[in-house]
Amino acid sequence: MKAPETEIQQAVDDPRLQLAIYTATRRLIDHRAGVVSDEVLPHYQDLRNEANAIKKHTIENLDYYLEQLESNVIAHGGNVVFCRTGQEAADFVLDLAKQRGVHMLVKSKSMTSEEIHFNERLEKHHLEAVETDLGEYILQLAHQRPYHIVAPALHLTRYDVADVFTKELGAENEVVIEKQTKFARGVLRQKFLQADIGVSGANFLIADSGAIVVVENEGNARLSTSAPKIHIAIAGIEKVIPRAQDLAVFLNLLGRSATGQPLTVYTSFLSGPRRATEIDGPDEFYLLLLDNGRTKLLEDPEKRQSLYCIRCGACLNHCPVYRKIGGHNYPWVYSGPIGAIITPQFHGVTEDTWLPFASSLCGACAEVCPVKIEIPKLLIKLREEVTEVQRRQGAGDLERFAFRLFAWIATHPKIYLLLASLGSLFFPIVPKIGPLKKWASQRSLPEPANQSFHQYWASRVAARRGSS
Amino acid sequence: MTAREQILGDIRRSLKRAAGEPPLVEAAPLPAPALRVPLTDRNLYADLFGKKFENLGGKFFRVRDAAAVVPAIAELLSQKSAVASNSPFLRKCGITGLPQVHAAFTDRDELKAACAAADIGITSADYALAATGTFVMLSSHNEARLVSLLPPAHIAIFPRSRLLANLDELLSILPRPADQTSSMVLITGPSRTADIEQILVRGVHGPGEIYAVIVDEE
Repeated sequence: MKAPETEIQQAVDDPRLQLAIYTATRRLIDHRAGVVSDEVLPHYQDLRNEANAIKKHTIENLDYYLEQLESNVIAHGGNVVFCRTGQEAADFVLDLAKQRGVHMLVKSKSMTSEEIHFNERLEKHHLEAVETDLGEYILQLAHQRPYHIVAPALHLTRYDVADVFTKELGAENEVVIEKQTKFARGVLRQKFLQADIGVSGANFLIADSGAIVVVENEGNARLSTSAPKIHIAIAGIEKVIPRAQDLAVFLNLLGRSATGQPLTVYTSFLSGPRRATEIDGPDEFYLLLLDNGRTKLLEDPEKRQSLYCIRCGACLNHCPVYRKIGGHNYPWVYSGPIGAIITPQFHGVTEDTWLPFASSLCGACAEVCPVKIEIPKLLIKLREEVTEVQRRQGAGDLERFAFRLFAWIATHPKIYLLLASLGSLFFPIVPKIGPLKKWASQRSLPEPANQSFHQYWASRVAARRGSS
Repeated sequence: MTAREQILGDIRRSLKRAAGEPPLVEAAPLPAPALRVPLTDRNLYADLFGKKFENLGGKFFRVRDAAAVVPAIAELLSQKSAVASNSPFLRKCGITGLPQVHAAFTDRDELKAACAAADIGITSADYALAATGTFVMLSSHNEARLVSLLPPAHIAIFPRSRLLANLDELLSILPRPADQTSSMVLITGPSRTADIEQILVRGVHGPGEIYAVIVDEE
């Protein structure tokens, strides 16, 4: 697919949207900066190096850690279900719900479930899945996908939210954010108390403990995983880390990079169903380990580092492209620089060929990435792959012809001089009317010199001769 | 072929690994766990915790002994209904004997209904982290998950000896929390959201008000 140029232009021209994106990302940038500085976190760079090393080690030995995770989840009374696709994950949940007679489930925020259109798949079979994170709930009612990995409703104002609540829930038109939040709390509280299945994502899977870790600020993930009788966690296979003690590295980075919090409000470390002596918690626990294309990303030793991502969203906040075009103009649920490197790898480089090129390669993303993914380097690699595929498809023939022509001209000085003087004569008008119009519209072109170098040199030599 | 076999097979093919092969460490060694525990004087933890906790929007009390707990929070509890966990420390502090406090729940559904109706949930805390103002709660027969979650306010009462420096120290004491409990939760401040216009609102799904009572002498 081609870049959605019309939509991008609309986003760029919408002052309200631009202000919303700019303020939100600016705030996230500032909050992060305040908690990773040398004074507050002198070992920040060490943590990044450690996180990168742990992720590298785990991904290089992924099968080993997945099997270790699996046997430890089972040891704690849980179940592990490997799912090749989103459909397999949805089918498992639908079957379980049918067996247990469940018609409604509550869900906490999970990008992995967004990725596989989990809710839509369930609703097709009349199983209601209620998003309970405030932002995700608003988006579910508005039938939109997340605008940002950690701040899903970043593009909406309180007035938009008021309209959504009125239209979808028949609520009074309320524009005070505290009251909107309280209203959503009331609606969702009932859902939590009624639901028999709670679905969560997972930020980390701990191989040595058979546990999952979920971080959040609202408490909806705690409710989703603690109130219903059944807890189902859906996570990509790349989320595994070897040891619980590695959390000292990852938790110190995740909250800081995402929202500027040393720790998010709730960090839940969950393993299996409730134990015999515990008073509450679920009776059944299922961990759905999702591939959905991830194994494809492992093939290339360099590109497999894309799987280190812990979904903090820092690269989005710092990206000059994301901050201008916003989240919905990326072709997939993962937007920003991380989206630009994983989308082509999941969907194939021929699918959204423009995406790896939608970057100025400024490097801000790599500088803030807590696990040190070399995003610009991977973008260049993907550009190469796109270009290679296009070359094989015959694209770029004109470009190659142009360069061959240039090579010929440049090796024939008389013709070169003639064309150069013609070029500087026509230069002021050609880009404004010719085939270069679009290219030139985004660039400030240098003015041609009054005199070519050849002319300058000739006059200099002549002057020397004259003076000697 | 099952999904499990296919996924593990695809992984091994891409990584050029054999089934059952132990982790290779040459190209990508696993670093030793890096736990950084600051060498702060333990006597300062209570004050540090209190400062961090109040910065998050919590209210902090520090009392001398168990007998001083009820007088310190009497005002909070007046005219309110509360559910208390089964923690022996709360009994020692006289919390469970108070008329407005419902306690001694052993049935999940009864506990859930009581927590959903209560104004305040009262728990102890298994640990607390000074560096971040965090409660650490391990689910057990003493501490249910929902007491610190469903009511709009949460009070945690715990002896000073449960204070640790930070997350790293917690993980050095509990290298594998799952061996003890199905749920360990770190609570750092009141429930909050900033999902609408980045405006901070407290108490979206969990308690919007939280209180910590540190008891100096156990």
